[in-house]
Amino acid sequence: MTTAQALSCQELVELVTDYFEDALPAEARARFEEHVGRCRGCGIYLDQMRETIRLVGRLEPEHVTPEAERELRQAFAAWRSTSS
Amino acid sequence: MIDPAEFRELEALRSGDEEAFMAVVDRYHGSLLRVAQIWVSNRSVAEEVVGDTWVAVLRGIDRFEGRSSFKTWLFRILANTAKTRAVREGRTIPFSSLQNPGAVPESAVPADRFRDSDDSSWPGHWASPPASWDEQPERRLESLETRERLEAAIAALPATQRAVISLRDIEGWSSEEVRNALELSETNQRVLLHRARSKVRRAFEEYLSEDVR
Repeated sequence: MTTAQALSCQELVELVTDYFEDALPAEARARFEEHVGRCRGCGIYLDQMRETIRLVGRLEPEHVTPEAERELRQAFAAWRSTSS
Repeated sequence: MIDPAEFRELEALRSGDEEAFMAVVDRYHGSLLRVAQIWVSNRSVAEEVVGDTWVAVLRGIDRFEGRSSFKTWLFRILANTAKTRAVREGRTIPFSSLQNPGAVPESAVPADRFRDSDDSSWPGHWASPPASWDEQPERRLESLETRERLEAAIAALPATQRAVISLRDIEGWSSEEVRNALELSETNQRVLLHRARSKVRRAFEEYLSEDVR
């Protein structure tokens, strides 16, 4: 085990986004993967972060409310009548 | 560079096609609202800011030449509109939350879930490790309640974190697009995304650990 530079779990959870965003330098990335490979808790944590991202990705973006739509259509009509 | 389909849509909009306008409005509405709330205090003011932004877009559309992406141009107008409004409201602009979000440390996971740093055998390792979600019934993860819990967790985030997670994970923007729209550095975008995702995971873990009814 590379104890001297090994990551603790507490440090690892702070690097998850850097890892997903591919922002870790090669050496840090290797230490991250080495840790996850032998730590069940961190493996589960990483899965939970992936699942969180997946489930958040299924939420519906917000659409325009009918009142806002009415106002925007009016604004558009007003713009069209002045711009031509 | 601008997306060709969007370019055609903007051409239609410019020539007076109302439905083309509404299609563009609908595509960006949720993102604009989330981002506006970084600067203004509440939802109804944010809605006004978004409305004013569209009016400014229409007034300026002839000057938009497609050299930057429409998205970048649109969100720059939104930011200016929202900041002006914030000043008028007498609200201080949360500059630090965008420019230096890492100033105040924040943990992804509460420290008491880990062993102490002076633990003799496993310092900083899990004291109370997370439990796998693999055994969760799929229908629970796909339920309306799950969606509501996630939405509530996102709604509870500070406005800048909420904006970043919404654009990245709900709207599917790239980190570069988010950085351009919010004028964030690469590091700050990542800090905000990390904090947002970590808190949503934590809230969801709490929800899943409640008894299944």
